[in-house]
Amino acid sequence: MTAHAEAPAIPTATTPQRTAAGRVRKRLTSRWASAASLIIALLWTVPTFGLFISSIRPEDEIKSNGWWNFFAKPQFTLDNYQEVLFGTSSSSGRLAGFFINSLVITIPSVLFPLAFCALAAYALAWTKFRGRDWVYIGIFALQIVPLQMALVPLLQFFSSTFDLEGTASFAQVWFAHTAFAIPLGTFLLHNFMAELPGDVIEAARVDGAGHARIFRQVVLPLIVPALASFGIFQFLWVWNDLLVALVFSSGSDVRPLTVRLAELAGTRGNEWQRLTSGAFVSIVIPLIVFLSLQRFFVRGLLAGSVKG
Amino acid sequence: MASHTRQRLVALVGAAGLALTVAACGGNNTGAKDNLDKPECTAFKDYAGHAGKKVTIYASIRDKEADLLQESWKQFADCTGIKVEYEGSGEFETQLNVKVNGNNAPDVAFVPQPGLIDTFVKGNKLKPVSDKTKSLATQNYSADWLRYATFNGNLYGAPLGSNVKSFVWYSPKMFQEKGYKVPETWDQLIALSNTIAGTGIKPWCAGIESGVATGWPATDWIEDVLLRDQGPDVYDQWVAHSIPFNDPKIASATDRVGSILKNPNFVNGGIGDVKSIATTAFQDGGLPIVQGKCAFHRQASFYANQWPDSAKVAADGDVFAFYFPPVDPSKGKPVLGAGEFVVAFNDRPEVQAVQTYLASAHHANSRAKLGNWVSANKQLDLNNVASPIDKESVKILQDPKTVFRFDGSDLMPSGVGAGSFWKGMTDWITGKDTKSTLDSIEASWPK
Repeated sequence: MTAHAEAPAIPTATTPQRTAAGRVRKRLTSRWASAASLIIALLWTVPTFGLFISSIRPEDEIKSNGWWNFFAKPQFTLDNYQEVLFGTSSSSGRLAGFFINSLVITIPSVLFPLAFCALAAYALAWTKFRGRDWVYIGIFALQIVPLQMALVPLLQFFSSTFDLEGTASFAQVWFAHTAFAIPLGTFLLHNFMAELPGDVIEAARVDGAGHARIFRQVVLPLIVPALASFGIFQFLWVWNDLLVALVFSSGSDVRPLTVRLAELAGTRGNEWQRLTSGAFVSIVIPLIVFLSLQRFFVRGLLAGSVKG
Repeated sequence: MASHTRQRLVALVGAAGLALTVAACGGNNTGAKDNLDKPECTAFKDYAGHAGKKVTIYASIRDKEADLLQESWKQFADCTGIKVEYEGSGEFETQLNVKVNGNNAPDVAFVPQPGLIDTFVKGNKLKPVSDKTKSLATQNYSADWLRYATFNGNLYGAPLGSNVKSFVWYSPKMFQEKGYKVPETWDQLIALSNTIAGTGIKPWCAGIESGVATGWPATDWIEDVLLRDQGPDVYDQWVAHSIPFNDPKIASATDRVGSILKNPNFVNGGIGDVKSIATTAFQDGGLPIVQGKCAFHRQASFYANQWPDSAKVAADGDVFAFYFPPVDPSKGKPVLGAGEFVVAFNDRPEVQAVQTYLASAHHANSRAKLGNWVSANKQLDLNNVASPIDKESVKILQDPKTVFRFDGSDLMPSGVGAGSFWKGMTDWITGKDTKSTLDSIEASWPK
C-alpha cells in the first residue's frame, strides 16, 4: 500500500519546475525565501514586542519616551499588571473578574454553535427531505446579512419578551453569538460532511444504525478537524468581540474583558499606559487556544473549501 | 450504554442552564427598607418612599471620575434605600442610541450633547422632569444653561458637571521671572505674545490630534473667539444655522484665530511649525509650557489632569490658567463651556427622585467635596471646591457678568459638529485658506 502510494508521488514532486506555478513554488521554498519570511515574521512581531516591553515600564517612562529606551535605561515594574488585574477603581482594572466573564460568555458561545451547526449540517448532508437544498441555500445566503442590522431588532425582542437583567443577560449574549455563528458554521461543516464517503454511512445504515448513532459514532469522529477549526474561529471571534457584548450584556457583572479594556484608558484617555498590560492579559487565552489547536487549524482551514 | 449517559448529561446541562435563567429572573424587593429615621439622613426626608427600588444610570464618565460620582450619591442611596446602578462607557453616544431603540434604555443618562437630547425628545423617548426638579433647577442654574435642555417649553434635565473652555494655560513661574502680567484684553494678549516672540520663543502651543475626533480643539478655538469677535447673538445664529457657516462674520473670527494659530512667529512653541499642530496629540499640546518652551495654551479646565504629577497647578505654581480675555471687556464676559445633562427615559417616582437629587445643592456640594469637579450650580459653596483651577472655573460660572454659551459643535448636527467641522479645521491648520474651509463646511450642513 505505502509503496503504491509513494510511487506516483515522485513525478509530482519534480514536475512543478516546468510550470510557472511550479517555479514560484520552488523559489518560495528556497533558503533565501525562508530567510526573507523569517525576517518578515520578526518585523511583524516588533510592535507586539514593543508593547510587551512597554507593559513592564513605569508609567512616566511609557508616556515620555519610546519603548526602545528600555535597553539603554532599564526600569522594570509590574505596577501596570497589578493595576490592571487587581485595581479597585471602577475602571482601573479588576480584569481578573472580567476574565471570568469572558470565559463564561465564550465557552457556551462556542459549544452551542458547534452542536447546532454539526446537527444541521448532518441533516442537510445526509438526510433526504423536500426542500432540503432550498434550506441549505437559505442558510448560506444568511451569511451576507451584516450582524449590525440585527442588533436593534434582537435587542428589542429580548427586552420586550424576556427583560433579562444582571447575570441572566449572559443568555442574551450566548443567544446572539450562537445565532450569528450558525450560517457560516453550518456552511463549513456541511461542505466537510458532504465529502465523507457515502459508503461508510451506507455500511453503518446496513448494520442497523439510525441517524443518531451514525451521527455520533461515524460522522462526529471524522469531522473533528473541521469542528476544531470552526471552534477556533468562533472562539477568537467571541473572545475579541466588543460590539455584541456592548449591546447585549447589561451591567458590569456580565461585561467581558473587551468592554473593560475599552474603558481602561479613562474618560479622556489619559491613563493609556494601562492598555499595554491590559492587552497582554487579554491575549493569553486566545494564544493558548490557538497554539494547542493549531494542528487542526491548518488541516481544517482547507476543509470544505477544496473539492476532490 | 455510553451514549445514553452522554444524552442524559446533555439534557442535564440544558436543564441546568434553563433553571439558572429562571432563578436569576425571580427574587427582588424583599424586605427593603430606608434609613431615613437615622440622624445623618435628615437631608433626605423629601425622598421617602422609594426603598428597594432600582435606578440605572448610563453615562460616558468612567475611571476615577466615575468612582467619585458614585461616592457622591452613596449617602443618598443609603438613606433612601434606592439602589443606584451606574455604568460608564466610552461608546456612550452610539450605545445609548442602540439601547433606546432596542427598548432597553437606562432610567437616567448623563448626556453631554444637547443635540442628542433634542433627537430623543423628537423621538418621544425622553420624559420631562418633575415639577420638583424643575423648580430646583431654575433656582440653581442660570437660564443660559437650562435652555440647552428645554424643548417645546419642557425641561428635560438639569445640568450636572460642567467644564469651562475659555481658559489659557500659562506658567505663573515664568511670568514672575520675566515680569509679564496676565493680559485682560485681547490686545494685551497679542502685545504680550509679540513681546515673548521677540525673546526667541514661540509664545503659543497647541495640539489638535485626537484620533477620530482630530480637530475638535481647533473648533473650540473658533467658538471661543467667535464669542469674543462677534458676540453671543451671532454665535447663537451661527449654531442654529440662521446665518451660513461661511458668513463673513464667521470668517472674521476664523481669521482672528488664524492670527495666532497660523502665525509662524507664534506657534508651535516647543513642538514645531504651524502644521505640527495637526499632528500633536491634544493631551500633549500644552506640555512645552512646563519646560519653558511655550507661554500660552488655550484649553479647557479639564486639561489640569494632563500636566505631569511634578507640576504644581496653582496661581503661584508651575502652571495655571487665566480667563481667555475678551476683545471688548465692556460687552460682558463670554464663556464657552460644556457639561452633561441628567435626562430620564422613565418617569417612575424613584427615577424622578434621583433626578431631583442630582439637581440639588446637596449633591453639587457633596460631589465637589470629593475633588476634581466643576458645576454651574449657583448653590455650590466655593469652600467645597479644593483645586485652584476648579475654584477659578466655578468663580467664572457663578459670576453674574458671565454670558455662558454651550460648545457649539455639540449643538450642531453631528455630521457637522462631530464631522466636517473637525475635518475642516484640521485642513485649515495644514494650509487650506479660510474661505474654502468655511465653504466646504457650509456645503456639508444637512439640508
